[in-house]
Amino acid sequence: MDAAGSDARRPRLRIATTSLAGCFGCHMSLLDIDEHLFELAQLVDFDRSPLTDVKHCGPCDIGLIEGGVCNAENVHVLREFRRHCKILVAVGACAVNGGLPAQRNHFDLGVCLQQVYQCREGLAAPQIPDDPELPLLLDKVRPIHEVVRVDYFVPGCPPSGEALWKFLTDLLAGRTPRLPYHLLHYD
Amino acid sequence: MSGTFLFDGQPVPFTDGQTILQAARAAGHYIAHLCWHPDFPPHGSCKLCIVKVAGRHVSSCAMPAKEGMEVESNTPEINGERRALLQMLFVEGNHFCPSCEKSGNCQLQALAYDLEMLTPRFNHFFPDRPVDASHPEVLLDFNRCIFCELCVRASRDVDGKNVFALTGRGIHKHLVVNAESGRLADTDFSAADLAANICPVGVILKKRVGFAQPIGARKYDAQPIHVVAMQEDK
Ligand code: SF4
Ligand code: SF4
Ligand code: FES
Repeated sequence: MDAAGSDARRPRLRIATTSLAGCFGCHMSLLDIDEHLFELAQLVDFDRSPLTDVKHCGPCDIGLIEGGVCNAENVHVLREFRRHCKILVAVGACAVNGGLPAQRNHFDLGVCLQQVYQCREGLAAPQIPDDPELPLLLDKVRPIHEVVRVDYFVPGCPPSGEALWKFLTDLLAGRTPRLPYHLLHYD
Repeated sequence: MSGTFLFDGQPVPFTDGQTILQAARAAGHYIAHLCWHPDFPPHGSCKLCIVKVAGRHVSSCAMPAKEGMEVESNTPEINGERRALLQMLFVEGNHFCPSCEKSGNCQLQALAYDLEMLTPRFNHFFPDRPVDASHPEVLLDFNRCIFCELCVRASRDVDGKNVFALTGRGIHKHLVVNAESGRLADTDFSAADLAANICPVGVILKKRVGFAQPIGARKYDAQPIHVVAMQEDK
């Protein structure tokens, strides 16, 4: 029996992961579990994830969401995950409380766009992007639990690989996930 | 006069005039607190120190110990209520720990770790509270103020300067600086004042010293606040 308590009779679980308004740091932490990735591959199949490049999420057991909700596409993806995942997990500071992207919440969105795309020195053709393919920005960045119901939260910016592995092994083994003191961080 | 009361089932001695929190702490039992400080009279605003006495909630920082009272503190129910209070404090301000200079040394964050707060749970207010960077030595980031009034009390009662005050009510409550301009630079505030060194969270910050301690070496990195606080008392 390995760390996650798998046995041959247990069906393989399906996991989906995505990044909304995040920096992919939490996904990097997932890769940081190093050789445990082999163990994880024995226990689960990956559905939609940057690791598989699958574009839409099918029925899954666990959905890991990194990043907060900053635009209309984030809302769609988040709702798709909630529809298809039995257990939805907010991974990392941005998913848990908005994180760094939410620090724009004090500023007027129009002013933000002007500052970035029109006011910087040296811009050849200052213009706010308005391609119809670009998702509409929300007025404020929101943590995911303010948009859908979330089952578990793993804070950290990012949570360490060790914290993610502890969380996942608990969850996969059917235990209530719990982070010991040294793995519980908001930064 | 003195006596004994029961704290989570254990006898705790007290002398007359001691509060529940003081006596329990002297006997080695930590009670969570944010607005209480050993050098100041109790303020009773944060309610983190709530305990149950005869089925009723009381603020242990303000309630005198009495002979024979039975106090419940470290129970799942009360810790759950403390966690809810912390969650409210987190969503009522703007607490972005990864970019906060106080992270790792912050009492609010340390209590949240200790009480296993994994989520702020409520909807965020994201209030608008501009910082005051006018003073040459000290920065004020009001986004993180929890209204404990420790800076107000320290400035008024120890520094003799009256630099800070709280104003407004409910969600509109905020910390103000006692100058006509409202700016810290226009007061006689100094980085050597007690008020500059007492904030339990990351509001009153010395300039040019941020992030000096690496992650792992900060106050609450290795041990929870209930252990660190009792070690400091020794
Ligand atoms: S004051 Fe404390 S809780 Fe608030 S952002 Fe800073 S470290 Fe986090
Ligand atoms: S600035 Fe700090 S010490 Fe002053 S009331 Fe706010 S949290 Fe308390
Ligand atoms: S410590 Fe008692 S109310 Fe704040």
